[in-house]
Amino acid sequence: MASSLMEGNEAIARGAVAAGCRFFAGYPITPATTILNNMLALLPTLGGVCIQGEDEIASIGFCLGASMAGFKVMTATSGPGISLYSEQLSFAVGSEIPIVIVDVQRLGPSTGSATRAADGDINFLRWGNSGGMPVIVLCPVNVADCYTLTIHAFNLAETYRCPVFIASNKEIAMTRESVNMDALKIPAIVNRRAAPSDRPFLPFQTDKKSQVPAFLPIGGKVLVRQTSSTHGANGFITTDHSEIADMLNRLKNKLQTTVNKYSFHDFYNCPEADTLIITYGVTARAARAVFKELGQRESPVALLILKTLWPVPESMIRNAAKSFKHVVVVEMNLGQYVCEVQRLLPDKRVAFLGRMDGRLITPDQIKEAISNG
Amino acid sequence: MDSLLNADRPPVFCPGCSHDRITHTLAKAFQNMGLRGDQIVMVSDIGCSGLFDTFFHTHAMHGLHGRALTYATGLKMAKPELNVVVTMGDGGQGIGGAHLLAACRRNLDVTLIILNNFNFGMTGGQFSATTPTDAHVGSGFLNCLEQPLNLCEIAKSAGAPYVVRCSAYRSDLADEIQKAIQYKGFAVMDIWGVCPGRYTKKNRLTPKMIEEMLSRQPAFDGIMPDNVRTEYGRNYRKLANAQKPAGEPLKIEAICNPPQVGRQEVILLGSAGQRIITAGEILCLAGLTAGLKTTQKNEYNITVLRGMSVSELILSPEEIDYTGIEHPSVIIALGQEGVDRRRDIFDGLHEDTIVLQVGGVDVPPSKAHIHRADLTSQSIKNPDWALGSLAVLAKMDTVISQDMLKAALNIRFKGDTLEAALKMVARVEISA
Repeated sequence: MASSLMEGNEAIARGAVAAGCRFFAGYPITPATTILNNMLALLPTLGGVCIQGEDEIASIGFCLGASMAGFKVMTATSGPGISLYSEQLSFAVGSEIPIVIVDVQRLGPSTGSATRAADGDINFLRWGNSGGMPVIVLCPVNVADCYTLTIHAFNLAETYRCPVFIASNKEIAMTRESVNMDALKIPAIVNRRAAPSDRPFLPFQTDKKSQVPAFLPIGGKVLVRQTSSTHGANGFITTDHSEIADMLNRLKNKLQTTVNKYSFHDFYNCPEADTLIITYGVTARAARAVFKELGQRESPVALLILKTLWPVPESMIRNAAKSFKHVVVVEMNLGQYVCEVQRLLPDKRVAFLGRMDGRLITPDQIKEAISNG
Repeated sequence: MDSLLNADRPPVFCPGCSHDRITHTLAKAFQNMGLRGDQIVMVSDIGCSGLFDTFFHTHAMHGLHGRALTYATGLKMAKPELNVVVTMGDGGQGIGGAHLLAACRRNLDVTLIILNNFNFGMTGGQFSATTPTDAHVGSGFLNCLEQPLNLCEIAKSAGAPYVVRCSAYRSDLADEIQKAIQYKGFAVMDIWGVCPGRYTKKNRLTPKMIEEMLSRQPAFDGIMPDNVRTEYGRNYRKLANAQKPAGEPLKIEAICNPPQVGRQEVILLGSAGQRIITAGEILCLAGLTAGLKTTQKNEYNITVLRGMSVSELILSPEEIDYTGIEHPSVIIALGQEGVDRRRDIFDGLHEDTIVLQVGGVDVPPSKAHIHRADLTSQSIKNPDWALGSLAVLAKMDTVISQDMLKAALNIRFKGDTLEAALKMVARVEISA
């Protein structure tokens, strides 16, 4: 078994290339910069494009242009850059432009601490677009996830024509780890569905079979319209209430009704346990250490590690939590996703453990939170 | 060649708006060039200039205010054969100023048509980046306080190789637009016109006055000789083709045996510039050569070559979950700043922890076994202490063996650096 030594950011870059990404634009920001560095080393010799934008707004704008020309595109930043991406994210959401966005989270608010970690952007990623439409957010735990979830992220962006976030964290992104690349479970690569050529093309037309419009690239033989304005199937501005309602409901439903197909998670069940830990990201590693340790003792716990955070995999979480009396949600922030869990499990006691001081939540802290449950 | 104007969607500008004139002139330029709609993408901004894409049978992308050049850049890099024509107003030059500057510096083959009518027409005639200080606009007195931008001077000084300033009423405007589109590089046209819906309600401005105003300004009539250079996209592809492929990640086979059974945790405490992170990486690679799983978690400040640097390394035959370290096997104390940062860990150390104290760094009292390594007397300089300390560990057969360290160095370094590193670790002594 031969292993490689790799940080999370390199794994994301390599995963993106494996998924078919051939366009990357970014602006340097710790702790996301090494994704830009890696893409610059990887893409140009593959005939791809990697550009450093004049700012984050430009970087994601380049990506949206290239995506509309048919490229699989990715950008990467940290919290302050996500703030700047916001208007372009809304464009990508509302106008169904596939893009993968990596948020290597660092301690906020604002410029915060460039070299220290937190998972402070979890709700920001979900609610950071004007209009409040759902987005997909995937969350890696380790370097292997960084690689495989990035491929899933591209597949989902192509399938649902939407932005897909990877909510990474400095402590995964810039932590080196041994990884056996040959043992990874690589999903099949998905490409966006091309519109059929036997009928006139309307850029936002859907049919009964799919909630997602088929795609043709700007620059092809068939003329393509893209617009950030409220549009009808033809890509022109519409003021028709029912057409507007249909389009916006479709944007919501295409993700919220399909999340079970991509609700990635690891469930370490333990029928004799009273308590279920629910967590995600780098914190899941401390939780897994606790799960293993307590499994050897008299008071075991169960553990649910979420890797799809948004849309909330509601039925999966409800099912997983069914048999437990207590739930402890552990997050590297002061309480974000716990609100979703409390919403889903109104009959259970849901305790919360959070930390936001630049340090990892330790296994001892989780054990204490369980005993205080 | 037919006109590319969309007969189903005629322009909807106010009567007398210069945008209407430019729309028809642009269509004429496309027609004169013999371009088909699928050879063009119109990228439009927000405001009245943002309506342009809807009037043409071309590809179209309409996005956010001030960002049209960002989409245009992505489109052109993705599809170099497309004619990318951007329409923006004077408002877009204010909010998107950084993109204008960058586009001039970059020199990608994109044509920017600025529909400059000196105010925000759609939102109520507020002052824009080009509104004269003596104009009466919808922003009260605020425009009196801000100097208007000279867009062409800015474009020129930012490196645009092709800059035109002209009137929307110029009789040969279609030819001018055609020349700008055909120029192989970033071409900027600052086209001055009249906004009858807003601006000329309170300000007198006629085509004749625009001509007079332009005649009093230095001329911008096309090529800026000092800025002429290779187009960005062509240059990009040339340089990209000359890069070396990055290659696949190195796969490291287990060829050594680890000196100890079970999980080993090592903390390197030092200062920036002491190559702490590199030493940590070498320790991880050494672990891989013995078939171990490894993690390297680093902590440092935003400063470069100053401040603390800490690296936490775990080598384990089992999968590593939590990457933090609370009960280290070894602490290597190389720099005071790193030791001070992790002062709290010394309290809880057990007798079986080894603290490798290098270079007389002050270490807090603890139960741990202190091993002093005097690398200075072995002529090893401060930036090599971290690697030197790994050599001490290897000679003590603790955490890593000498074979593991040598194998790791062979993976990490090449040529003279490798020779020097191998020589250094070979001569290091376990000084007490």
